[in-house]
Amino acid sequence: MVEVITTISIWIIPVTICFILIIALIKKVPAYEAFVEGGKEGLKMSVSLLPFLLGMMVAIGILRSSGAMDAFIGLLDPVLDKIGFPSEVAPLALIRSISGTAALGVTAEIIQTYGPDSFIGRLASTMQGSTDTTLYILTVYFGAVGVKKMGEALKVGLIADFIGIIMSVIIVTWLFL
Amino acid sequence: MVNIVWALMAIIGILYAMVNGTMDQVNEAIFDSAADTITLVISLCSVLIFWLGMMRIAEKAGLLNGLSKLFRPIVKKLFPEIPDNHPAMGYILANFSANLFGLGNAATPMGIKAMHELKKLEGTDKASNSMITFLIINTSSITLIPTTVIAIRMQYGSANPTEIVGSTILASICTTIAAIMIDRYLRSKRKVKHRNG
Repeated sequence: MVEVITTISIWIIPVTICFILIIALIKKVPAYEAFVEGGKEGLKMSVSLLPFLLGMMVAIGILRSSGAMDAFIGLLDPVLDKIGFPSEVAPLALIRSISGTAALGVTAEIIQTYGPDSFIGRLASTMQGSTDTTLYILTVYFGAVGVKKMGEALKVGLIADFIGIIMSVIIVTWLFL
Repeated sequence: MVNIVWALMAIIGILYAMVNGTMDQVNEAIFDSAADTITLVISLCSVLIFWLGMMRIAEKAGLLNGLSKLFRPIVKKLFPEIPDNHPAMGYILANFSANLFGLGNAATPMGIKAMHELKKLEGTDKASNSMITFLIINTSSITLIPTTVIAIRMQYGSANPTEIVGSTILASICTTIAAIMIDRYLRSKRKVKHRNG
């Protein structure tokens, strides 16, 4: 099953491109001109995205490098222990919504320390795989189209991440323990 | 809210560094992360140009329209504000399909384009209901195969690297459903506020 899906993942891009181009030729769409036109729009979007992303990355960089984030996690540890949340994955839970690269590093570290097939290793894997970097997605998607007022998007996104963390704990406990 | 979160991240970091003597690292991080962003945007730029070019052909050939017609009953429920046959629908679906197959670099351009169409529809620079719904579905990332995690597990000698596929999909689906419900609840609250205000 997994092999089938992996193969699909490899084939799907070239096949999709081929399909789009064949249909375009049949329908007599000026394919190259349309491609250039759409590409220009992509270029414009990347440029407008830059200040949004740069601002966000610098703020995250400051927070991480100062050690404030690790200190905060240390503070939270005893509280999490009390409510029965596995504190080994707390760093991942906290960083997952903020920084994708940092989260990946933390996941690798947890898996290395506790082993990929331990309860903690499986939990970290599930957490990493089932959520995405909300702050990054918000910044990129809103930044590229120039939406400055995010409204309740950030709040809803962070609540969703929180639910995702709880769900991972519940599901992994239920499936593997 | 994003203004406050953003400023606080930097302020807390700098204040903490003052007390704990990590100012060196902070100084370095400011310029390193700025430079890293340029690298990131350049790689994003290439996929944006490629996929938006490809998708423009697909749009002109009527393929996106066909895709949205096919799934309209489901997507209509999630995005009641998008009119039938609007290009936003096609891009949203293209984004979802790319995410499902773990094609992150194709999903982002289509997602951005979908946001672009939603913004045109709304005509303001404020986040609309449809934008928020679209974003939260994206952040809970439903993927059939979490390839990166599997690669890490293999690297550290897992006996069964793919055993977390099921738990990951299940967690994703539960989270997405919960997030949509919360979004709906907040949306109805917004409406009441709007009416009273």
